[in-house]
Amino acid sequence: MSKTSRTQVTVPATAKKGSIIEIRAIVQHDMESGFRYTESGKLIPRDIIRIFTCTYNDVEVFKADFYPGIGANPLIIFTTIATESGTLEFKWLGDDSYEAVHQARITVS
Amino acid sequence: MQRRAWMQQLQKLTLFTLGAWLTPSIVFAKKEDADGAIQKITGGTKIQEGRVTLTIPPLVENGNLVVLKVSVDSPMTANDYVKVIHVIAEGNPLPNIFSAYLTPRSGTANITTRVRLADSQRVWAIAQMSNGSFWQGSAETLVTLSACTEVV
Amino acid sequence: MHKGYVLPLAMICCSVLFPALICGAAPEVALNQKQSSYELMSAENKAMQDDPSLNPAMFWVVEGESLWQTKSGSKNITCASCHGDAKKSMRGVATQFPKIIRGNLQTLEGQINQCRTARQGASALAYENKELLALTAYVATQSKGMPIAVKETPSNQAQLKKGRQWFNERMGQLNLSCAQCHEDRAGLKLGGSPIPQGHPNAYPIYRLEWQTLGSVQRRLRNCMSGVRAEQFEYGSPEMAQLELFLMWRAQGMPLEAPGVRP
Repeated sequence: MSKTSRTQVTVPATAKKGSIIEIRAIVQHDMESGFRYTESGKLIPRDIIRIFTCTYNDVEVFKADFYPGIGANPLIIFTTIATESGTLEFKWLGDDSYEAVHQARITVS
Repeated sequence: MQRRAWMQQLQKLTLFTLGAWLTPSIVFAKKEDADGAIQKITGGTKIQEGRVTLTIPPLVENGNLVVLKVSVDSPMTANDYVKVIHVIAEGNPLPNIFSAYLTPRSGTANITTRVRLADSQRVWAIAQMSNGSFWQGSAETLVTLSACTEVV
Repeated sequence: MHKGYVLPLAMICCSVLFPALICGAAPEVALNQKQSSYELMSAENKAMQDDPSLNPAMFWVVEGESLWQTKSGSKNITCASCHGDAKKSMRGVATQFPKIIRGNLQTLEGQINQCRTARQGASALAYENKELLALTAYVATQSKGMPIAVKETPSNQAQLKKGRQWFNERMGQLNLSCAQCHEDRAGLKLGGSPIPQGHPNAYPIYRLEWQTLGSVQRRLRNCMSGVRAEQFEYGSPEMAQLELFLMWRAQGMPLEAPGVRP
């Protein structure tokens, strides 16, 4: 059982074919950098999201590698072309078997 | 013997300094780690200035969450598009911040995210084009700290 | 006797750490206009608060919405079973806290805990506990945009007076009162940041400094550590009194919950 958390994706429900749409994806995650210490001086181990992908009807259209320098509750805003109706799937993979998936349907006319 | 060795050292130093002045890449002096990270990305290929706009607020109230936007000038067609955008922070303990992989289906090469900045510094965005060329842009910011922080 | 060196020492500390207070000290700033610290934020941080697709605090609000419908405690009932639709029943509630309930001064978090223990037979949640923050955020946001409505009443008068005393009393090694920064010097700079009037009109907030959501009491403890004072304990009467005074002082200001602050 991998650990997971809440996600929120903002993507238009409908779009004109060939238009460029903006996608905002944010996920709840502390993104523990691995550079912080506890009160007693112990190093808090790194625990971050490493990869974010967006597939459009199973074709990968965007990918991002995250490093500890990405802020907590990571947000990414990117664009893609509305090619056809279907399913956009967003996936976040991270340390300690972290996995989160979010799906959104889009109608392209 | 000793004097000769010293003179040779001085000569080397002078040559290096002269060389440093004459080499354009040193004009935008980068921190070593950031440099190393960028070397890994480009594999030694020369990086051209321009086409990449990196936007961060010039003054930041708290370095924990800074809005960062990269915009690359590109037609984003099947023959001419941005393949990867890398963001490198000179003043962070780890220079790599993120890498975004785009395709001709991306429409634009505009990415917005929120990053951690450990200190006032210069941040770089390096774009790798479909034709193998590298382009870069940068922005500098001042990072202050909010008042009355937590006692750790 | 004791005071002989404390004040000059505090002044020296102040002038070293907070030069603006000594060098740039202005005469008393009249608070004829209440200003939210929202106004002092950068455009990016304002946008982060205003846009639900950008505000990290929304995760806690969504969590709170889920908890509202979750059976809890030995009585195995949900918040909804008594309070129904929060959008209706909780509307305006957060603008009235802290308030006197059955003779006790209760904060919003305290009242949520009161409901949990007395009605649900559940355990009280500690301040800054993720679930308590989620419930507080969910309840508070139902009053978003509504004016803070804490007034002085015969029943809260004594507690309000105590709160006012805390606000005006010097504390800590730096021997500063809340008023000295947030009344007298609001608008001036303290180490690069402008000093806000210190209204609690956006809580709970996603504080960038904490990288998470937190309560007004957590923020007040940060203030106290800022002047090297012994911090009031979470859930203490002193905290509730200070919170009461601050909300009274912020009367009429629209609630921004859940806010974003640096």
